[in-house]
Amino acid sequence: MASRNISVSEESRPKLPRHAKLKFDETRQVWVILAPERVLAPDEIAVEVLQLCDGVRSVGDIIDQLTIKYTAPREAIGTDVIAMLQDLADKGFLTEAREKTS
Amino acid sequence: MSDILADGKTAGTAAPSDGLAVLEQNRSTAETFGIPLAVLAELTHRCPLQCPYCSNPVELDRAGAELTTEEWKKVLSELAEIGVLQIHFSGGEPTARKDLVELVQHATDVGLYSNLITSAVLLTKEKLSALADAGLCHVQISFQGNEPVVADRVAGLKNSHEKKLEAAKWTRELDMPLTVNAVMHRQNLHQLSDIIQMAVDLDADRLEVANVQYYGWALKNRAALMPTLEQIEETSRIVEEAATRLKGILAIDYVVPDYYALRPKKCMGGWGRQFFNISPAGKVLPCHAAESITGLEFESVRSNHSIAWIWQNSEAFNRYRGTGWMPEPCKSCEFREVDFGGCRCQAFALTGDAGNTDPACTLSPMHEQIFKQAEREAAAHQDRFLYRNFAGGTLETEGEHGA
Repeated sequence: MASRNISVSEESRPKLPRHAKLKFDETRQVWVILAPERVLAPDEIAVEVLQLCDGVRSVGDIIDQLTIKYTAPREAIGTDVIAMLQDLADKGFLTEAREKTS
Repeated sequence: MSDILADGKTAGTAAPSDGLAVLEQNRSTAETFGIPLAVLAELTHRCPLQCPYCSNPVELDRAGAELTTEEWKKVLSELAEIGVLQIHFSGGEPTARKDLVELVQHATDVGLYSNLITSAVLLTKEKLSALADAGLCHVQISFQGNEPVVADRVAGLKNSHEKKLEAAKWTRELDMPLTVNAVMHRQNLHQLSDIIQMAVDLDADRLEVANVQYYGWALKNRAALMPTLEQIEETSRIVEEAATRLKGILAIDYVVPDYYALRPKKCMGGWGRQFFNISPAGKVLPCHAAESITGLEFESVRSNHSIAWIWQNSEAFNRYRGTGWMPEPCKSCEFREVDFGGCRCQAFALTGDAGNTDPACTLSPMHEQIFKQAEREAAAHQDRFLYRNFAGGTLETEGEHGA
């Protein structure tokens, strides 16, 4: 069973758990996260980060990628990304890839 | 960046689960009745359980009247197309439909997030696994107590509690999130603390502590179910304590019994505002109890109207939508857009007119009367149930009662 209480670090390889689905809502023209009994509306930055959370990339890789894209200081981006992902993890919308995938 | 999520559960003035308000916050509800985010599909009224508080109407749809597999698939496709995001498969007992896996798969194929609301007693591990493979996202299992003596008596089915525990474990083994639904009333409220612990032990993500709402079957059983005021005070204390203690472990949603409330509930988030359900026979309803209101005609998915048309234009949806229909004391009330006048079904059941103020509200001229009635019924200890079934109900025998 996937661990539900994860602590996000640069080494984490996060992904959305099977019960949280990131989807573009064509009718309302917004990105949404579908979860049990709720629909969340993440902002643009959250969507961009979540699209990179594939269970393969590490948080460090994601920060590197965003640092290049936005030509911003790595430290500032890193702090923001980790805080955001931890917030999502605490709410149960982020999990870590399992060690072994079958 | 802590504020990244506009979340219906916590955002500003939006009520719990009012995701629509979040997504449509730039438009007033008067301007648009956008398509709901989630729809309840009551696949069947058949159910192996006989709970005396069943939320199904007293006049149950027979198996022969149920929508076919192809009809449900068409409905699911249409819902996804018009902007519905989540589908709740419910009943009756949805797993009594032999085509459930096929319907879940179809929901997945058209992009709907699916949720199963089940009594779980018909599930096997293989069946649940097939549902997971078909894309089922979330399982909600009802519990009638924390141990078999009370639970099986309320359900009117032997060994049901044991089967539910088993199905709950399979759910977590298959890595699906689990919600425990606990419907509470006078005869099981003493188990609430143990039910909360049971939910933790089952590794549930959420617990819904829902006090019985009194219409339909529950209204017939009100004398046997109505809690005492002391029980309600104790319940609120227990829930509050547990919610704090279990933060991050178990989310608890709590539905108060409104006979003892001061303000009515914002039923369905407001009539025709953010919710509809589809009955086994295909009626599109503003609330699963709406058919208890006589004199309202509900359109069917079998009619030549689209679901979107029914939602926007049908007489039944527009009758109590917004605030224009309201009489006094609602009309001039500062809370009219907070609770939308409470529950239409309860207003009908208790006053004979669905257009009256819900008597759960202290401003209703009938409030005092129903409050006193609740207290009287709770104290009378008439504990025999009228079990829910297709025959109009069966009274519990003396032997069963007090088990």
